Amino acid sequence: MTNREVILSRIHEALKAAAPHPAFYNGATEPSPLPVSPQKWLPPVGKTLEEQIELFRQNAEALKAEFRACSDVSEAIQHVKKLAATGGWKKVGRHRGELTDAVAWELGVTEVQTDHGYGVDDLESCDAGLTQCEALVAQTGSVLVSAPTAGGRALSVLPPHHVVLARRNQMTPDLSAALERMQEKFKEQFPSFLSFISGPSRTGDIERILVLGAHGPKKLTILLIS
Amino acid sequence: MSIVQVLERLGHTVDYPEAQTCCGQPPFNSGYWDEARAVAERQMTIFRDAETVVIASGSCGAMVKVFYPELFDHHPREVEAKALAAKTFEFSDFLVNQLGVLDVGARFPGRATFHDGCHGLRELGLKEPPRQLLQHVQGLELVEMREAETCCGFGGTFAVKFPMISTAMGEVKCTSIADTGADYVISNDSSCLMQIRGVLDRQGKSIKTLHLAEVLAQT
Amino acid sequence: MKTHAREFNESARRYTVDLRHRDLIQKVLAGYYTKRDEYKNRFQNWSGARDLAAEIKWEAINHLDRYLDEFVSKLEARGTKVFWAPGAQEARDYIVGVARQHKVRSIIKSKSMTAEEIHLNDALEKEGFEVIESDLGEYIVQLRREPPYHLVFPAMHLTRQQISDLFHDKLGSEPTNNPEDLTMIARRVMRRKYCEADMGISGANFAIAETGMISITENEGNARLTTSLPKIHVALVGIEKVLPKLSDLALFLPMLATAGAGQSLTCYNTLYGGPRQPGEPDGPEEFHVVLLDNRRTELLADAEQREALHCIRCGACLNVCPIFKNVGGHSYGTTYQGPIGSVITPHLRGLQNWKHLSQASSLCGACTETCPVKINLHRHLLHNRRNAVRSHSSHLGKFFYAGFAFMMRRPASYQLATRLARVAQPWQHLIRGTIIDPLRAWTKTRSFPRLAEKSFRELWRERQTP
Repeated sequence: MTNREVILSRIHEALKAAAPHPAFYNGATEPSPLPVSPQKWLPPVGKTLEEQIELFRQNAEALKAEFRACSDVSEAIQHVKKLAATGGWKKVGRHRGELTDAVAWELGVTEVQTDHGYGVDDLESCDAGLTQCEALVAQTGSVLVSAPTAGGRALSVLPPHHVVLARRNQMTPDLSAALERMQEKFKEQFPSFLSFISGPSRTGDIERILVLGAHGPKKLTILLIS
Repeated sequence: MSIVQVLERLGHTVDYPEAQTCCGQPPFNSGYWDEARAVAERQMTIFRDAETVVIASGSCGAMVKVFYPELFDHHPREVEAKALAAKTFEFSDFLVNQLGVLDVGARFPGRATFHDGCHGLRELGLKEPPRQLLQHVQGLELVEMREAETCCGFGGTFAVKFPMISTAMGEVKCTSIADTGADYVISNDSSCLMQIRGVLDRQGKSIKTLHLAEVLAQT
Repeated sequence: MKTHAREFNESARRYTVDLRHRDLIQKVLAGYYTKRDEYKNRFQNWSGARDLAAEIKWEAINHLDRYLDEFVSKLEARGTKVFWAPGAQEARDYIVGVARQHKVRSIIKSKSMTAEEIHLNDALEKEGFEVIESDLGEYIVQLRREPPYHLVFPAMHLTRQQISDLFHDKLGSEPTNNPEDLTMIARRVMRRKYCEADMGISGANFAIAETGMISITENEGNARLTTSLPKIHVALVGIEKVLPKLSDLALFLPMLATAGAGQSLTCYNTLYGGPRQPGEPDGPEEFHVVLLDNRRTELLADAEQREALHCIRCGACLNVCPIFKNVGGHSYGTTYQGPIGSVITPHLRGLQNWKHLSQASSLCGACTETCPVKINLHRHLLHNRRNAVRSHSSHLGKFFYAGFAFMMRRPASYQLATRLARVAQPWQHLIRGTIIDPLRAWTKTRSFPRLAEKSFRELWRERQTP
């Protein structure tokens, strides 16, 4: 018998005895109907895009991320230039993309482009990582990135400042909607990596005191471009 | 006796079947379910003809109301066990939820805090009834302690099998009590009161322990 | 050889009188309680969310063979190598084999209680591989050569001073009382390790059957780095981690974060579905998923306690357990602490040797109340006690409770016993607390009440006689 057969036959044997279904806990004789989607229980989200953007802003800022709505790409470019100046950026990691191209060309800083591979030490010594994303999630203030839309796995987590360039139509109300969008977009051909990013990296391992920038970026900037 | 006094004051007839002994919780909690069943069967017979059974303590109340059905699951006397469970009530549950009474005409001036016995709180769901009753006691100032719902550490045989853990839990509870500045700590479970009294005495604290029924019996 | 029960008692005796430990744990958890309640209240209905979560896990666990097969076939379709490990030894051997085959020198690890369970680090180190824990809390306890104190917060029991001393001692760093500075010390060490490691080992919080992905929940970013840079990624996943659908994460990620850490969502929730796909600029060349049974199927076979496999390892039950808070995580002496650990360890490691954990509880029920997937934890502790008696009851226990039942079925003997107790009480004062005091377990630390002069029965009889 293969290992797989061993384990599956153990499971099959074990499941011969039925366990009570949660709907019948506490001696109920009729199961209480439960909604299929969790949206009924999770924190509520407004219906309009404006409400969602506002909720996103509140949540992202509570997570200590920097959020800015930009009326156009040039406003975003200006802001990133300011960040580069304040941060003294000498080297920036990024990938090719409509928004990242536009910003990087104006930045005038040495680049490490990840699209066709990169040297690990090169990326490790970057001051910032510039990426796009798959979606934004209003309910949690999160950015959803994937390998194709964020230049791979490491670009959005290794450099100490992560800057996300997003479009308004990438805003989704909640996690359910974001996951649904991914299933529709990719069908069965998912990228190997998808990640919900909710604020800069943090730890509470020392006396449960919050410290930012544990291993991932200490700073996260999200620019929402109309 | 306080329970009898309060119920009679409200106009009810109280009977006390003298043959009763114990609900069977100690063997039940230690895993000796056959022995627990033997004890429980006797109590079921004694109370078979009672209209309603009122129990002083949350833990005994939970034993009958919640655990007898599990103990007699798939047993010839299962129906009887469930019937007894259905007509048994812890004292504050009976007053508030069955009789709809909040004011029993009690008077007890003083500053007190209430400790939630775990069985009454979690098995029987009785957070509000004791407090509602106490709020109607004339002259009584009720203050909430920090972590009122945290276990006092009695836990039945746990208290003597793991005395060091039980005592530590008791000490944490008594600190919460003392921090309220109350002169009295009230509970609806006498085992909890015994544990709390035991620790308070060792700490040399003068806070007095009282059962809910004792307070309600005062006029 | 000391029994585990004896070791537990000795450790509990030390910790329960350690007021410094008691105060530190209380302080550390106070912030968690506030945040947890804040985020629970943001749910439109936390109770409804628990009901739904319980139902989804029931579906997954009670159709486990079907969902595991679906999970594996989806993973394999995109190039993942899956190994089914019936027990700890097979899992260890496989992972060591992968490391040897690729001539790995340095291994970086993200947090995995499953890896703790099978003592993976020991096995790898014995074979000459360097293993570094990248999670800050795990790194700290690794340096101290002790097991994790808590499922989710491995270094919860340490002060910043102790951590500073540790880093100074092992890393030669400057002493500092600032948590941020201490974190930066670890960060600097790890960044080198991420870049140099040949292999990354992770656990998984969930295994999504529908899309063939594992989901990892973390705050620090160390798991993301562990799984991005090294050429090989090995994920060790308990078979009970399965969730049927991708959309289930929309419920479980917030619940895990709220119950486990008092956050709305942890910082990174990442889905991994394969090795680097064509066109992707980075990621491991090889992705291995090791599915671990290790007696979980025995717990599965116990229909009464099967729901203990619904556990999402959030640690909420530990955080509310008064026993855990007073004896500390290390007293349990096994991988999984707190109420969930006490429930499952007898199944995973043997009932007779581990039943004491189920006995060391007042059955207060706070664990059941807080569990996000509604496992009836304290009831299962009781079931373990009953099962322990059924399979092997001590003669003393049987004798004692048979006697108890005998007495309680005869009111006359019960009344005699209480009358004797009243008579004996004044004498008890003389021997109180000494070796011959039968109530010593109580009276050593607590006073015993004076029994009433008249029993209720006697008062009642007096009332009845006109």
